[in-house]
Amino acid sequence: MAATGQSEGDQLHTVVSDHMSPRRILTGRLLIRFATLVLFAMAIVQALHQSGRISLGFENWRPVLYAYLFWAVAMGVSQVLIRGEQGKRALFVLPAALFVGSMVIFPLLFGLYISFTDWNLASPTGPKFNGLDNVRQMLGDPFYWNALKNMVYYVLAISVEYAIAFGLALLLNAEIRARKFFRVAFLLPLMLSPVAVSWMVGKSMLEIRFGPVASLARFLGWDSPSFFGTPEIARLTIMVMDAWTFIPFMMIMLLAGLQALPKDVLEAAKIDGAKAWQSFWQVIFPLMLPVSITAVIIRIIFKLKLADIIINVTSGGPGGATDSVTSFIFREYRDRSNVGYGTLLAMVYLVVIVIFVTTLLSVVNRWMRGVNEGRTG
Amino acid sequence: MSDATAQIFLDTDRDLAFRAKWYTGRALIYGALIFWAVISLFPIYWTVTTSFKVAADVMQGNLIPWVDFQPRWLGWRTLGLSPDSIFETSTVREEFLKRFMNSVIISLSASLLAAVLGSLAAYGLSRFSYRFGFMKNSDISFFFLSQLILPPVALALPFLVLYKELDLLDSRIGIILLYTLMVLPLVIWIMRDQFKAIPVELEEAAMVDGLSVWGSFVQIVLPIALPGLVAAFILSLVLTWNEYFFAALLTSTDAKTLPVMVASQTGSQGINWWSMAALSGAAIAPLVVIGIVLERYIIKGMAAGAGK
Repeated sequence: MAATGQSEGDQLHTVVSDHMSPRRILTGRLLIRFATLVLFAMAIVQALHQSGRISLGFENWRPVLYAYLFWAVAMGVSQVLIRGEQGKRALFVLPAALFVGSMVIFPLLFGLYISFTDWNLASPTGPKFNGLDNVRQMLGDPFYWNALKNMVYYVLAISVEYAIAFGLALLLNAEIRARKFFRVAFLLPLMLSPVAVSWMVGKSMLEIRFGPVASLARFLGWDSPSFFGTPEIARLTIMVMDAWTFIPFMMIMLLAGLQALPKDVLEAAKIDGAKAWQSFWQVIFPLMLPVSITAVIIRIIFKLKLADIIINVTSGGPGGATDSVTSFIFREYRDRSNVGYGTLLAMVYLVVIVIFVTTLLSVVNRWMRGVNEGRTG
Repeated sequence: MSDATAQIFLDTDRDLAFRAKWYTGRALIYGALIFWAVISLFPIYWTVTTSFKVAADVMQGNLIPWVDFQPRWLGWRTLGLSPDSIFETSTVREEFLKRFMNSVIISLSASLLAAVLGSLAAYGLSRFSYRFGFMKNSDISFFFLSQLILPPVALALPFLVLYKELDLLDSRIGIILLYTLMVLPLVIWIMRDQFKAIPVELEEAAMVDGLSVWGSFVQIVLPIALPGLVAAFILSLVLTWNEYFFAALLTSTDAKTLPVMVASQTGSQGINWWSMAALSGAAIAPLVVIGIVLERYIIKGMAAGAGK
């Protein structure tokens, strides 16, 4: 964990002449050792107390959290004491690194442990290690695989969202009046909470008897509109609602990309007499590829977390047709308090996501390099 | 000679055809713009109007106030927020205000904490070389940004158990910490761009004038990067205000946020459409205002990543 700065690579060069007295360094070392000792001692005492081996201890783990905070502060102070100017630089990154480290790595390791236990918060007995039972249960759980399959559909829906977002960005980039009004209007869905959207759109506007969308559908010739009746339509409805909230997100990234395009290229395309359609496919679209890829990848990452709308509108129904992995695990906990099994499912999902995203990134990188070489060569 | 007059009046067949094409093009563009504006705004309009309806109006699907139906304060009265009930005591209003304040405190603190932690880290990473063990600058950046991929569900259940042990379940602090973690990668991403765009010479000049590294950061760099920081802050605010998943799992009575309150009302069978509309309307109102007033900051924040 000791941070050693390299001044050679720094962007910002500073001439530092701080004299480090041996006593100062010693104080720093002692401080961090003392803090570490306190942290470990408290953690061990509490662990022993919890397992019932000694009576000395605290009501809960909160004091250990305070000891950790003390340790983190001592870590920062000792960095400055021991390494002077270099230590002050480490202070920029140290708080965030410690924060993320303790909030992600520790819970994930802890989660890994939970996922191999039969921990059920509703049962009176504590967690018990049950080996690969959870894995076996997962392999035979049709609803989990169904949820994973749904995630594939949900991710594929992004291609349509992307096309619409690109179209809207082009519209906003055209020479139009009241541009600001349209920009704000198009942005607003992104501001609304998925829960409010669930109610406003999912429950109220799609209400079969009097919802305005149902009335519109009847007017257009759909005799008995039902938006959550069959699995396919229910999934489509969820996709549309999610798209409605997130299209502005891609639209704005694409709009920023369009506005950053070099003007002379567009002018040149116009003077050549290229038709609008041609100039779009041969000039604008290739130039927009990098921005498009960034926008789509970020959108995919957000899509993989999709849950709120599903939890609130369909609860995964009918028959799990709309379930996302997150909403499925949410119900696994809410309905059955099954922490151990739910955590295993979440961990497997995490692994799947990491593999999927890194593969996607490397494929895209290789492909982009190929495109660039093809263009220059 | 006749050529010249034709060009002045621009009414040859070719010019007219061109003009006609131009007008159809315009009409199509504005048609598409207005169509999508209706799609974007109608649900908000629907919520606001529904909150002023009575049962019969809802059932008939009436749309336009004063034409189709007479607006009433029914929905807002059940929330205790209509003009005639605002001075009377109302348990529903107290409940609503409590959740509202929870949401305000939690989203503001989490965004602020993320802005502080994130801009410090982004500045350090854009100016100095670090080495934490085997990790160099690019690894540390990747470590921070990779948190974006992390699905909330992978953390939710471990946190549920951990918070129980730490006595942080159903507390504002616990939720604030989680939300900070959630928006931190975004802040770092946006701020790294901002700091990279600021020339290092500015800080070097400041240090020649006797400022320390931290002094030049606070007095010189931060004011220049402030618009970017505001953008990151607003974006964090939007995300944390709307967050539902963690709040639904980790809060129950004390720290419950507004989205959880809205969601918990929808489950019942006989829905009071008007009061639900009033509640959702009140829940989204702050963000709609922010979206309208601070729109350019939100766009700036989201566009920051697009250039890369």
